[in-house]
Amino acid sequence: MKWRMIDTKKGTRCRVLEGGSGTPVVFFHGAGGLLVDNPFLDGLAQRHHVFAPEWPGYGDSTGDELLEDMLDFALHGWDLVDALGLSRPHVIGHSMGGMIAAEMACLAPRDLARLVLVGPAGVWLEERPIPDIFAMLPHELADVLFVDPARGAALLTGGADLSDMEALKDFYIVTQRRLAMAGKILFPIPNRRLSKRLYRLAAETLVLWGAADRLIPPEYAAQWKALIPNARVQTIEGAGHMLPWERPDAFVDAVAKFLA
Amino acid sequence: MKFTWFNLMPWPYLPDDFRERHRSVWVDIPNTLYDPRKGHHVYHTYLDQLEYAETLGFDGIGCNEHHQNGYGLMPSPNLIAATLARRTSRAAICVIGNSIAGYNPPIRVAEEFAMLDVMSGGRLVAGFPVGTSMDTNFCYGQIPALTRDKYREAHEMIMKAWASDEPFAFDGKYNQLRWVNCWPKPIQKPHPPIYIPGGGSIETWDFCLDYDYNYSYLSFFGYLRGKSLLDGYWERVAKRGKDDSPYRAAFAQIICVADSDAEAERLYAEHCLYFFNRCLHVFPPFADPPGYRTMATVKYGALSQLTRARQKILENLTWKQLVDERFIIAGSPETVRQQLEECIKGLRIGHLFCLFHNGNMPDWKTRHSSKLFAEKVMPRLRDLWPDYKHDERWWIHPMDDRLRPEEQRPGAEKKHEEWPR
Repeated sequence: MKWRMIDTKKGTRCRVLEGGSGTPVVFFHGAGGLLVDNPFLDGLAQRHHVFAPEWPGYGDSTGDELLEDMLDFALHGWDLVDALGLSRPHVIGHSMGGMIAAEMACLAPRDLARLVLVGPAGVWLEERPIPDIFAMLPHELADVLFVDPARGAALLTGGADLSDMEALKDFYIVTQRRLAMAGKILFPIPNRRLSKRLYRLAAETLVLWGAADRLIPPEYAAQWKALIPNARVQTIEGAGHMLPWERPDAFVDAVAKFLA
Repeated sequence: MKFTWFNLMPWPYLPDDFRERHRSVWVDIPNTLYDPRKGHHVYHTYLDQLEYAETLGFDGIGCNEHHQNGYGLMPSPNLIAATLARRTSRAAICVIGNSIAGYNPPIRVAEEFAMLDVMSGGRLVAGFPVGTSMDTNFCYGQIPALTRDKYREAHEMIMKAWASDEPFAFDGKYNQLRWVNCWPKPIQKPHPPIYIPGGGSIETWDFCLDYDYNYSYLSFFGYLRGKSLLDGYWERVAKRGKDDSPYRAAFAQIICVADSDAEAERLYAEHCLYFFNRCLHVFPPFADPPGYRTMATVKYGALSQLTRARQKILENLTWKQLVDERFIIAGSPETVRQQLEECIKGLRIGHLFCLFHNGNMPDWKTRHSSKLFAEKVMPRLRDLWPDYKHDERWWIHPMDDRLRPEEQRPGAEKKHEEWPR
C-alpha cells in the first residue's frame, strides 16, 4: 500500500494509505490513528481498493482547526470520499471512526454501499460508562485497548523505546495532537446524540466487536443493533477494542464475507 | 508594593495516608472525606481570617475558583467575595478569578462581578483565568482543544457587556445572546482592574499586553523557579514597547513568619508539608489532557508534565528543601524580609499574593504569622518601587463615600432616610 496526499474542498490536506483493486472501501481510523503496521488493511486490499485516510491532526494530515464539531467531522468524511473520486464506497469505521462513519451514513444514507462499524464510539449507556481515555496514564491506555496489553503497548508505540527521552517526547507530542483532535467529538463523553439520528441509516450494516473489549464493552453492540434499522452483530473472540490489529485475519475474513 | 492576603481554603482533614490511598486530590477525590458540619467551622474560620487581614493593613484580600478539589473550598469564589463585601470596607477584594470558559453564558460573570464591585463600593479586582484543566475540562466538561477559543469569546462578551451603554446582540460560536444588557454595571470605569493568572504560554503574555491587564503567575514552587518565566514575560513587555511598571505583574508566594527561623520550622513545617504532600497530589493526566495546552507550548515544555518526577519531588519533601529551594519563604521577620526583597526585585513584581494559611494550619498560627508579617515585614517592603509610587493602573479605584456595612450591628434601628439623590 502507498501513501498519498489529497486536498479537500474545505481546505484540509490529508494523507491517505491506498492499495489493492476492486470495489472501493474507505476505512476511517479511531482516536489512536493508524499504527506503524496495519496488516488488516493489506488483507482487505487483497480483495478491494482500500483507502485509509488520516483525520486532520493525525500523521501528516493538516487542517486541524477546520474541524470543530461532529457535523464538521462527518462532512469532512464525505469531502474525503469526493476528493478521492469515489462513488458509493463501502465504509468501515473503527471506534471514533465508526462514530463518524455512522454519522456520515445518517446524513447521506444513499451515498454509501455497505457499512462496517468496529467497536464504534458514539453511544452512551448510563449503566456501562466508558472509561475516560483522556484521564489515563500511557500504560493504562494499553490495558483497556488490548486483550494482551504488553503486546498492545508495543503496537501503539511501533516498537519505539520509550525509555529513550527523545522517543518518548516524540511519541508524547504526536499523541497529544491526535487526542486533542479526537477530544472535539469524544470529550468529555463520547456522545453527540447520534442515537437520535441512526433511524436514517439505510445501509446494510455489520457491527463487529472484540469479545474482550474493555474500552467499549460488547454490551454496546446490542444497543447499536437496536438503533440501526438493518444491522447484524458479530463478536470476535481473542480481541479487545483494537480488534483489527489484534486479530487481523478474523477481521478481514468477517469484513470480506459481509462485503462479498 | 501591594500585598494581598490570599486563602486557597484547603480542607484541613485529609487523612495521613491520603497520598497512598487516593490517586488525586482533585477531580475524583472521594467526597466522603468532606464533612459539612466541620465545613461550617472551616468556612467561618477562613472568612474571619480574610477579614482579619484587612485590619492588619493588607491592601487586598483574595480568593479563587477550584472545583472538586481538596485544597480549595471555593467552587464559587463570588459567594466568598460577597460575604467579604459586607464585612470589610477598605481592602481590595481580589477574585482571581472566575474561569470564564466554563460559564454558560459568560454574561453571568459580567453580572456577578458587577454586583461585587457595586456592593463593595468599587473594590473588586477581577481575575479571568482560563482555569486549570482539572477545573475547566474534567470538572466542568469543556473540550480541551476548544477551551482557549471559548475563553477568548467569553472575555469578549464580558468586556463588551461592561463597556456598552446599549443592549447588543452577541453572535458567538459558543454563546448566542440576542439581548446582552449588563445590569447592574460596575462602579470602576472603564472596568475593574483585570488580572490574568497564567502559566508560561506566550499567548497569555500577549493577551495581557494587548489589553494592558495584569499578568499573575500563581505557582506554589517559589521565585527561584518562577524567575525564568517572569524574565520571559518582561522580555515580551519590552519587545512590545510597553513600560516596565512592576504593577503589570503579580506573584503568589507561601510565607511563614515566626520569631526565629527555628521557631518557623517548629510552628509551620507540619502544615506546609501537608500542603505539598497531600494537597498537590494530582493524578498527572488530569493536569494535561490533550488539547488543553497549545501545540507550541507542548513542544516547548513537552516532558515537564509527562515524567512523574514532579510528583516524586512532592512525596519526599522536607522542610529544609522547601526553605532552601525557596518553595516557601519562612523564618524570622528579617529572613523573610531579605528573601522577599530578593523575590520581588528578582521577579519585578508590584503585587504579591501572600499565602499565610497553608494546608491544615490552625487559625492561631495563621494569624500569628500574618500579624508578624504585617507589623515587621510589610512596612519594610512597601517602598521597593519608588519610581512607580503613584502607578495605580492595576489597582482598585473605590468610591470615596462608600458605606461601612461592617460597622453596623445587624438589625440595628435606623433613622428615617430617603434614597440618596
